[in-house]
Amino acid sequence: MDLQDTPEDAEFRARLRDWLDKALPTLPPKPPPDDWPARRAYDLGWQRTLYDAGYAGLHWPLDAGGRGAAPTRHLIFLEETERAGAPYVGANFVGLLHAGPTIAAEGTAAQRARWLPPILRGEEVWCQGFSEPDAGSDLASLRTRAWRDGDDYVVSGSKIWTSHAEVADWCELLVRTDADAPKHRGITWLAMPMDAPGITVRPLRTLAGSAEFAEVFLDEVRVPAAHRVGDENDGWRVTMVTLSFERGTAFVGEVVACRRVLGELAREARSNGRWDDPALRRRLGRLNAEFRALWRLTQWNVSEAEASAGGGGGGVPGVGGSVFKLRYSHARQELYDTAADVLGDQALDLDRPWVLDRLSSLSYTIAAGTSQIQRNIVAERILGLPKGR
Amino acid sequence: MRFQLTDDQRALKQGVRELLARRFDREALRAAVRRPGLDRGLWRELGAAGFFALRLPEAQGGVGLGLPEAVLAFEEAGRALLPGPLTATFLAAGRVPGAAEGETVVAAVDRGAGAGGGGGGLVEWLAEADVVCGDASGAVPLRSLDPLTPLHRVPVRVATGAAGGAGTGDRGAGAGAGAGAGAGAGAGAGVGLGSGGGFGSGSEPVSEPEPVAVLLTAAEQLGTAGRVGELAVQHARTRVQFGQPVGGFQAVKHLCAEALVRVETARAAVYAAAVTADPADIAAARLLADEAAVGGSRDCLQVYGGMGFTWEADVHLFLKRAWVRTRRASGGTESEELLAADLLSGAGR
Repeated sequence: MDLQDTPEDAEFRARLRDWLDKALPTLPPKPPPDDWPARRAYDLGWQRTLYDAGYAGLHWPLDAGGRGAAPTRHLIFLEETERAGAPYVGANFVGLLHAGPTIAAEGTAAQRARWLPPILRGEEVWCQGFSEPDAGSDLASLRTRAWRDGDDYVVSGSKIWTSHAEVADWCELLVRTDADAPKHRGITWLAMPMDAPGITVRPLRTLAGSAEFAEVFLDEVRVPAAHRVGDENDGWRVTMVTLSFERGTAFVGEVVACRRVLGELAREARSNGRWDDPALRRRLGRLNAEFRALWRLTQWNVSEAEASAGGGGGGVPGVGGSVFKLRYSHARQELYDTAADVLGDQALDLDRPWVLDRLSSLSYTIAAGTSQIQRNIVAERILGLPKGR
Repeated sequence: MRFQLTDDQRALKQGVRELLARRFDREALRAAVRRPGLDRGLWRELGAAGFFALRLPEAQGGVGLGLPEAVLAFEEAGRALLPGPLTATFLAAGRVPGAAEGETVVAAVDRGAGAGGGGGGLVEWLAEADVVCGDASGAVPLRSLDPLTPLHRVPVRVATGAAGGAGTGDRGAGAGAGAGAGAGAGAGAGVGLGSGGGFGSGSEPVSEPEPVAVLLTAAEQLGTAGRVGELAVQHARTRVQFGQPVGGFQAVKHLCAEALVRVETARAAVYAAAVTADPADIAAARLLADEAAVGGSRDCLQVYGGMGFTWEADVHLFLKRAWVRTRRASGGTESEELLAADLLSGAGR
């Protein structure tokens, strides 16, 4: 049990720090949150910069265009880029964290060759077509239909909560291909080109004010059968691979960011006098414990994944990600609620730091599986409690 | 970085678990509740197995292992709900003759968590102890909340400013008045332990408690939290109501899931603190482990329902011990304040 960098990892960390020191000052200014084309260009540009420097797809398998590094190496990458204030994955989120790893794990050689390099090079953006108006937490009850017509699937239905839909090139789409099968069995995973005829995107405004995601309406959209990943009607299993990536590794950088915010909050509290309130001070102390523990839990989970993958990279994170996600999403909300107490009246001013973050944090216990669903997963799949109502 | 147990660490943990399962199973636990008192035979067996000497260098007859191994052993002790002044004896190994071997039972005056200064404090197992660290004179027995942890309270004393050297507490003086008069008579030499006089005489100014003691308490809490989580799950799987195991009900399911989340989070914090020995990491470990042990025991009691509220089930024993441990040095407020200060020191990242 140790927490030290190996000599090789220490060298990697030092080199990465040097590179970040040089690369970050050359970045263009950050685009406004609602300007999606500008955000796409900015996020893809950063991904290209990473690619050119050899930092793209660090922990992806070699045959998926990645560098086959161990998960701990990827952890160092996320830690250092976040510490340095580098851009977040942004519009590349789905490609890098969901669709890409899923295609790497489940796709054919041709599919990997077609879709993975453009993700790593920062050339194509993916969005996620999973949820529907009547299939949120109960994802398997989705109703968007697809039927076979020659070499194509023809798709009709609608999707919701689709981030980056306006600027995406591809959509990882779940469709129902067998309406008579039990609901988990008749689902298929397709890669849908977002410029196909019959797709309508309608942005949805979040309570934080921005058009963060969209509804997507599909009217007899043709998707080549060659774009199916996994077997027909096997999409649920493929999806579980995707979701375990989402829950396992997607929040690593954010934990580092939360720890930075916590330090800033303490300094703000000291400068505005709120630090003298022992109750508030102790809340900040407890949050320090919380985020230290979440960081350690991350290191534990990553080391565990590394051990199970034999150190070769590409290991699929286990359901332990649900444990992390549950704790983290509530801790994040507590962090920004505490920020509001540090700010006092200024917590009502949208132009103050942390105020929008507080609003955004409300989604964390809902997105990617609500806390209630996560608890069911933990109880049934880890603890082995019976399924029931 | 390989933040996972090594094979040796796994084997050590398993070894301690098997020893305790053999020597302190549920029957022994219930027997101890009926006839309170320290099992000297078990204490010596722990000593012979190297429990107290884990961190002593081999040159001094110890096992020569580190803080992570100590934490794993204490986690198992907490899991088994092993009674006795484990931490005080462990910390005395190598300094008090016989402690490492389990021949000498050592208790310590603990100023308690969030006591607000002023000296005083609690002593666990005073009447059974051969040696007391700190000044326990004038200690009076309490009717302890935990049937497996006898407690004495040391009165708050006004500093005289005269006492200088290492604590020379004489446990015989006051303790004799209460329970256990005459037991272990004559062995009253107090010993000051810890860097900077961690356990000094009552007349010394309040100083930093030994971080190792704080961490070992966290490890015991972690073990208890893990065990009560398992008990809750076992019960939820087998107890049938409304025609199905209660674990099929989402409300019960969620109690069990939250308990596991608390345990796993605390485990990461406790193990990391054992590796780094960093005071802020130790404080974080302590806060999360206290939360996991108390919260887990309460939730377990809830899952057990009415039987959980009786002496028939063991749950109350776990909860009461968890509560006792939260009152040991540097829990709660003190850890929170340390971690708050850490944020401003800039070392928080």
